[in-house]
Amino acid sequence: MNSSSYSEQGKSGAAVRCEGISRAFAGTGLVLDRLTFQIEPGEFVALLGPSGSGKSSLLRLAAGLDRADGGRMVIEAGQGTVSRGFVFQEATLIPWRNALRNITLPLELQGWEMERAKARAEEELRRVRLMEFAARYPHELSGGMKMRTSVARALITRPNLLLLDEPFAALDEPTRHALQEQLREIWAALGMTILFVTHSISEAVFLANRIIVLSPRPARILLDSSIQLSETRTAPLRTSVAYVEEVRRIATAVPLPEET
Amino acid sequence: MNLKTRISALLPPLLPLIVSMGLAETAVRLGWVPAYLIPAPSEVIRSLIDDRVELAVAAWTTLSSALVGLLLSFTTGTLFAIALSSWDLARRAFYPYAVFFQTVPIIAIAPLLVIWFGFGQPTVIASAAIVSVFPIIASTLLGLKSTEPALIDLFTLYSASARQMLLMLKIPFALPQIFSGLRIASGLAVVGAIVGEFIGGGGLGSVVDSARTQQRIDRVFAAVLISALLGAVLVGAVNFISALTLGSWHTSERKTS
Repeated sequence: MNSSSYSEQGKSGAAVRCEGISRAFAGTGLVLDRLTFQIEPGEFVALLGPSGSGKSSLLRLAAGLDRADGGRMVIEAGQGTVSRGFVFQEATLIPWRNALRNITLPLELQGWEMERAKARAEEELRRVRLMEFAARYPHELSGGMKMRTSVARALITRPNLLLLDEPFAALDEPTRHALQEQLREIWAALGMTILFVTHSISEAVFLANRIIVLSPRPARILLDSSIQLSETRTAPLRTSVAYVEEVRRIATAVPLPEET
Repeated sequence: MNLKTRISALLPPLLPLIVSMGLAETAVRLGWVPAYLIPAPSEVIRSLIDDRVELAVAAWTTLSSALVGLLLSFTTGTLFAIALSSWDLARRAFYPYAVFFQTVPIIAIAPLLVIWFGFGQPTVIASAAIVSVFPIIASTLLGLKSTEPALIDLFTLYSASARQMLLMLKIPFALPQIFSGLRIASGLAVVGAIVGEFIGGGGLGSVVDSARTQQRIDRVFAAVLISALLGAVLVGAVNFISALTLGSWHTSERKTS
């Protein structure tokens, strides 16, 4: 598939082409071993693998925070320029800025006028249902609220590629479930491409339309499969037979080592 | 805080003071200790009252020299630390000298300062600045170097300029360390000013020096007491500014709920 067909497909999502990507680190050695795959515009892809399998390294490459040692990663936006949003494992909020000003940060760095940035940030706060907490500082927010603030910050630049690195791993289960459902809603509404790193099969199956499973280090692709579930992913799905079957299918295909 | 808890908070530090003053008073009055070695506390208090105008003028001179010196060391020290944190080569080239410079005793270079700046306040200010600059450089540098890596990633992701990275992230992140350096520096600035005054003249340093030659040990003690108070006032002022600046976010200043 050439790049022109991406731009025809791409409404608001970016296409990601990973061509024989390798990455090694001093000490750990080869982490990514000639990975090749591509993600279509607007896909919701979960990147699954055991801890230390290089999922985060791959995500950092996609974010432009790191360089590959071999191969190349091509990211193309259907219309206009590539804009990335990144949600880290921790909320990584700036402690001296309140929730609203944390969200305006990316726009401030791009030279936006404060009033316009604030208006846009309020829109994002409403989207993640945190409007009444706009003036709170990070230390006054719960873990789930911090993560929602972090998601809102990633959304404010209207990214066509949203990268999430195990964002909900540290949250308690009800909060994690609520945020997963919210993320699906956001994706349905905005249609950007999402690359979501997790080591939880059930999370990957619930969220994504496609799952790529990586092997332990050095990472190779063990499985690349689409998820056969309805597009509406809400709480009732979690107890449905179809969902449990999908989780079982993935789990039996790739026996991930026990996480500690 | 009500009166009772206030008193119970003040009592522990006050008790040793009262006891030791009582002991000193008794020892001098009964002739156990000669009055030219240790003055009776009552004599020190009398000197504080009798010489209040002269002491107040001297204290003000010392305080203003210490403040100007501190301001000087704060601006140069902070700028120096920013430069060192931005260029690794500069840090490796100059930081060892900053460390070495710190070990040179101020009393040894004070005569040099007189040669360079002459008698009077410039020498005193220079002395205060030299003594207080190192803790500012060291802690600012430490603060600028300890920015959370994930936050640096965040700024990099949005292609922040070096200037944005410094002003919007690194400096605010380093503020707690900058303040702790400033706290140490403010006490040292008073020490530096008084050492400078021993040689350059003026202020409490001169009062101590001349009272010593006149065998007025009570005045020496009165001046020393005031200089200690000046240090405490400066440290208190830094604490106040630190609480105002960091109060809303930093754990070290946050009220426990």
